[in-house]
Amino acid sequence: MSDADLLSGFGRRKPLSVSEVNARVRNALEASFGELWVEGEISNYTRAASGHRYFTLKDERSQVRAVMFRGRGDAMRFEPENGMLVVVRAVLTVYEPRGEYQLNVLLLEPAGVGALQIAFEQLKKKLEAEGLFDPARKRPLPMLPRRLGIVTSPSGAAIRDILTVLRRRYPNIEVTIYPTLVQGDDAPPQIVEGIEALDRLGRFDAIIVTRGGGSMEDLWAFNDERVARAIAACRTPVISAVGHEIDFTIADFVADLRAPTPSAAAEIVVGRKEDLLEAVVGIERRMATAVSATLRQVRERLRANSPARILASTRAMMQTSSQRSDDLSRRLGLGMAALNDARNKQLARFATALEALSPLRALKRGYSIATLAGRTDPLTSIEGVEPGQELTLRLSDGSLDCGVNRVEKGEEN
Amino acid sequence: MSAQEKEKTFEQSIRRLEEIVEKLETGQVPLDESLKLFEEGVRLSRFCNAKLEEIERKIEILTKGEGGELKAEPFEEGAE
Repeated sequence: MSDADLLSGFGRRKPLSVSEVNARVRNALEASFGELWVEGEISNYTRAASGHRYFTLKDERSQVRAVMFRGRGDAMRFEPENGMLVVVRAVLTVYEPRGEYQLNVLLLEPAGVGALQIAFEQLKKKLEAEGLFDPARKRPLPMLPRRLGIVTSPSGAAIRDILTVLRRRYPNIEVTIYPTLVQGDDAPPQIVEGIEALDRLGRFDAIIVTRGGGSMEDLWAFNDERVARAIAACRTPVISAVGHEIDFTIADFVADLRAPTPSAAAEIVVGRKEDLLEAVVGIERRMATAVSATLRQVRERLRANSPARILASTRAMMQTSSQRSDDLSRRLGLGMAALNDARNKQLARFATALEALSPLRALKRGYSIATLAGRTDPLTSIEGVEPGQELTLRLSDGSLDCGVNRVEKGEEN
Repeated sequence: MSAQEKEKTFEQSIRRLEEIVEKLETGQVPLDESLKLFEEGVRLSRFCNAKLEEIERKIEILTKGEGGELKAEPFEEGAE
């Protein structure tokens, strides 16, 4: 075609406006391509103030512009990044003001790794950068947790497992459950509400946020940023227990303590109590040992240096005490070996026995120590005591010299 | 007393108990004083045991009333 031919059209045909050209191209493109699946690498990614995402998809030789409108973009679990290899579902269209064709992206998925995995890594990185995982932020559990708040499904395996452990090993604990969904899109706001409500009540020593095992999708509510922030903001220490040992969630990183399973969360609490019981028993035993050592020492000193009369009165008292304390130590030893459940009851007995060990107190309560005249060992039986013999009774503030009128045999204690 | 304050006295008791036993174990305390310490120790260990055993087992579930206020009800296991 010559220039003349081309020019010959002028004046005879009405030219198209630019807008009309672009509109026609757009119609033609949209009609002939339909929806496409396109794989490529993201570059020039920007998220505009409007919330729309603009980027370029490229491979080794070529590139194409792409846009993802706010609604679609916000529905993504993660935020795409430059260099990320993705697959998009899109319609080919024309941005008429510029006359540029572009992909209108409806759905964007990372190629290779799952979208959830990427979302997880991104949120983890973000919260970590904010310092939310900082060990210094972690609040310790109180020495003895006695009131537990639990945020979970009331019908799930997690609550069942936790209550089973508590019933067996910490029956006197108080538990308050805040029921929530633990999976699906409605779960995160409910979990957040539960954490906040229990925290506001302010009477819990710890809050357990938990659910049983499941797929990464199932556990997703515990990778939600809102849940993570609620845990971080909670003033009550939070134990997270989500899924199985191998499952790590964002909630785990933010929580003050991560338990690998729901049962393990209960065991952490139970362990506190059992450790304390053990500590108290240990201290009692050490006190008893220390006091009997002191008593022995005093007795030695008295034996070496003191006049016979002081020796006699003191020795009687000391012997009683050290015998009791030896006996006590033996019983305490048995107690340590006994099973956890038996321990509680033994403990109560030990405390009573320990108190009895203090000779001054025993005398103050009305007990006395009897010795035969001229003897220093305390009288523990009527064997060998005859009417007419003389006795000395040691009381808390002095002693009485008495005579035996009658010897009567009674029940042995 | 708030839960925190109660907790504090429990933790203080444990710490005091540890102090007492360490003092007694030095063997340098005169008999009179060591009996006094011992009595204090027994009192504290009883207190701690009581704390460990106090509070009745209670399992409750919170439900929301019409006005959004929380109500506690006994939790029946296995029930919805």
